[in-house]
Amino acid sequence: MLEYARWKYILVAVVLVLGLLFASPNFFGSDPALQIARKDHAPVTDQTTREVESFLKDQKVPFVRSYIDKGHLMVLFTGIPNQLAASDAINEHFKDTYITAMSIAPRTPNFLRVLGLRPMSLGLDLRGGLYLLYQVDVNSSVNQLLEGYAQDARRALTTANIPFKDVTTLSVSQGGRPDAVRVILAPGADIAAARKAVAQAFQGLSVSNVDVQGGTAIQAQMTPAQIKERQDYAIEQNITTLRNRVNELGVSEPVVQRQGVDRINVQLPGVQNSAEIKNLLGRVATLEFRLEDTQHNAYEAMQSGHAPLGSKLYTHTRIGRPAILLKREIIATGDQLTNASVANTQEGVGVSVTLDARAGENMLKTTKANINKPMAVVLIEKHRETTQVDGKPVTRDVTDETVINDATIRGVFSNHFEITGLSAGEARDLALLLRSGSLAVPIYPVQEAVIGPSVGSENIDKGITALLIGMAGVFAFMAIYYKVFGLVADLVLLSNVVLLTALLSAMGGVSLSLPGIAGIILTVGMAVDANVLIYERIREEIRKGVSPQAAIRAGFEKAFSAIADSNITTLIAGVVLWIFGTGPIRGFAVVLTLGIGTSMFTSLMGSRALITLMYGGRRKLARLSI
Amino acid sequence: MATRKVWYTLSAVLMIASVVSFFTRGLNLGLDFTGGVSAHVTFAQVANIDVLRSKLIAAGFHEPGVQNFGSSRDVVIRLPPDPSQSEATIRTKLETVVKSIDATAQVPQLEVVGPQVGNELRTSAIWALTFTLLLIFLYIAFRFHTWRLSLGAILAVMHDPILVIGIFSVFQTEFDLPVVAAILAVIGYSLNDTVVVFDRIRERFETNRRLEPALVLDQSINQTLSRTIMTKVVTSIVVVALIFLGGPVLKGFSVALMIGIIAGTYSSIYISSAIALDCGLTAEHVFPSVKKAIDEMP
Repeated sequence: MLEYARWKYILVAVVLVLGLLFASPNFFGSDPALQIARKDHAPVTDQTTREVESFLKDQKVPFVRSYIDKGHLMVLFTGIPNQLAASDAINEHFKDTYITAMSIAPRTPNFLRVLGLRPMSLGLDLRGGLYLLYQVDVNSSVNQLLEGYAQDARRALTTANIPFKDVTTLSVSQGGRPDAVRVILAPGADIAAARKAVAQAFQGLSVSNVDVQGGTAIQAQMTPAQIKERQDYAIEQNITTLRNRVNELGVSEPVVQRQGVDRINVQLPGVQNSAEIKNLLGRVATLEFRLEDTQHNAYEAMQSGHAPLGSKLYTHTRIGRPAILLKREIIATGDQLTNASVANTQEGVGVSVTLDARAGENMLKTTKANINKPMAVVLIEKHRETTQVDGKPVTRDVTDETVINDATIRGVFSNHFEITGLSAGEARDLALLLRSGSLAVPIYPVQEAVIGPSVGSENIDKGITALLIGMAGVFAFMAIYYKVFGLVADLVLLSNVVLLTALLSAMGGVSLSLPGIAGIILTVGMAVDANVLIYERIREEIRKGVSPQAAIRAGFEKAFSAIADSNITTLIAGVVLWIFGTGPIRGFAVVLTLGIGTSMFTSLMGSRALITLMYGGRRKLARLSI
Repeated sequence: MATRKVWYTLSAVLMIASVVSFFTRGLNLGLDFTGGVSAHVTFAQVANIDVLRSKLIAAGFHEPGVQNFGSSRDVVIRLPPDPSQSEATIRTKLETVVKSIDATAQVPQLEVVGPQVGNELRTSAIWALTFTLLLIFLYIAFRFHTWRLSLGAILAVMHDPILVIGIFSVFQTEFDLPVVAAILAVIGYSLNDTVVVFDRIRERFETNRRLEPALVLDQSINQTLSRTIMTKVVTSIVVVALIFLGGPVLKGFSVALMIGIIAGTYSSIYISSAIALDCGLTAEHVFPSVKKAIDEMP
């Protein structure tokens, strides 16, 4: 007797229905749309909907409908001309309250959307947009931390009245990367007392005494684990900052994610202009507040070429003097800002700044102790430069440190004050950069691609056409060669594609790429394989003289081990590719791997269920249409 | 099995030809591996490749590669990596040259890849291949209880990518990242057939241990032949659709798939089992425990 467990029927039915449900959003198509967000980042409310809708009606720009999704208002239009007209009008009229971004919104009916169902997300090669891959300079971050330790050590030694010559950061282990701080004591200083003094500052580091020219030095080294922790922190910080900056751009559905050990990839659908964006995303602009060293002469330092101990010479300035000496100690830095905005002050446009508690305290202490002494603000920007030296390209990291402001401390202030000395445009950019967080460390683009939207839609069309024709070919062939069983295989194949689509739609993190579509096509070809194995086996059993129903059962049972083993080996290739692949290739690997899973399920359980339904109940089965 | 010397010779010849071509002519590596700049340009009329190329050289680009891509009006320009110029300068220079030929020309797609990214990709492609082969070797040894079958499978499977690379080298078709993905897919897929044959071998050995191994292998291959051909035909329908309708972006990918599928079928049928046999495959290897039990019976 040919039977199939009842729970298995139910499982197949449930899976199919869920599959259809999750795959359905893909079949509605999409419309050009406008995504509207509030400039103050608060989520959009019904009031916004009413405002925008009535404005559009007044302007006589027709729209299909609108809805609120993830804190943004989406307005759908029938065609690109309407979308563009609306974009211009809204940008002009609401430019202080809302940011708009052009987008494509799926035409999913509201009831499906509310359930959380959405179509597959499309990769950049199908949608068009900007792709940037950034290299993060993680060593810089480690250096920053070391500088922090060095600062604390200086302070501790000064408080304990222990004379020291210098405190520097350096590289101790191989590789040339900075990983230690060295305190060079003045000759005659008490080493033990010094060690005690810096113990707190160097907590957690491995501290030792070393002999250097001119005396003894205390050296504190970071362990590899600590270095890695700091590097990870740098990347996480940068990802957050980049996300903030990207959000300020008003791009719809941007992607900012970590790639590998020290890279970040940024995908901005719909964006075409890379130069501007790269400029904004990659800028490392931060501030440092330092007291001026009024005891030494800056010109002398410029002549001799080096600054006195404890100070740093700056030759890029905007304060009317060509050079200035600032103390080494940093009172506050850009990452300690909690807010920055453009402000109109008596001296012109400036940036109004709020520091966090710790920096505020430091600032309070400093201003109290230094009334009527000058304090300077240094603007630091980094970029990478490549020049030709002896015919070979040499890349260096260039840091521009410009003193933009040098004002006398007239009153005591802690955490709220203004910075002047910038032009209006600079003030706006600086405020934005400071607000979205400074990049913990510099980033440099190592790969970029701009894909035009027409290329994207062309790719989709070609891919889908190839898929449909391929499937039609397979359907016809199977129906002719295996007759009724062939039709069963065709149905199974269709449900396979539906299930695959459903899985890809439900999985948020992966987007469909052109190789991904190719993967679907390949899956179609391979899915048939399992069915062919079963059917050939059934034919063989019938040739041996076994009765039709027993032949069906034998076919399924005996083919199973071959199907399992062969699919698992392909699965291995798919999984390896998933792990090693990035971008569109990963899309292909995901489709291949998932496709094997769905095809095994549909071929084994699906076709068995269907065939048993068709042939299981019949008492007398003379011949099989196979 | 008797004719296996013929097939060994054929494979050896193909392998040597591929390797020779690879080392002499090399591969036409795509942007993903070399780094550099790639731009797609659409002109209003048929593009004059030579004029474009000479203008690019005059503008200061070394060895620009200029080819048609998809239609006679579409051109893809490839520039090798040049770290002395920033991408912004490269892009503006490129656009000036393009506009000087045709003011309405558009650059719908531009890609810049840093050379270190290219290098890393090469390394990870090789790692991915090695890893896959290793895992598959272990899996088959585990399932079929003998390294002989694994060896046969791996040698047969390595044969396919080498052939694909060889053909790409001879015809200098662009070898980019999707092609590597296709090769990995082909490895997995060609194994499909090999494993189906092995499964049949295992079944035959299970039922009848005293048969001559060579005979068992021959019979297994014959019995699975109809299924193998069938699946291949169906998959070919699909891949052919991809080759002709998939557009120029997927060209290399689909061609690699096609070659791989044909090579894979050939290697599964003629090479994998033959090698296992020549390593001395017998029934006990596939079912060691049963034989030991029989031997240990008093």
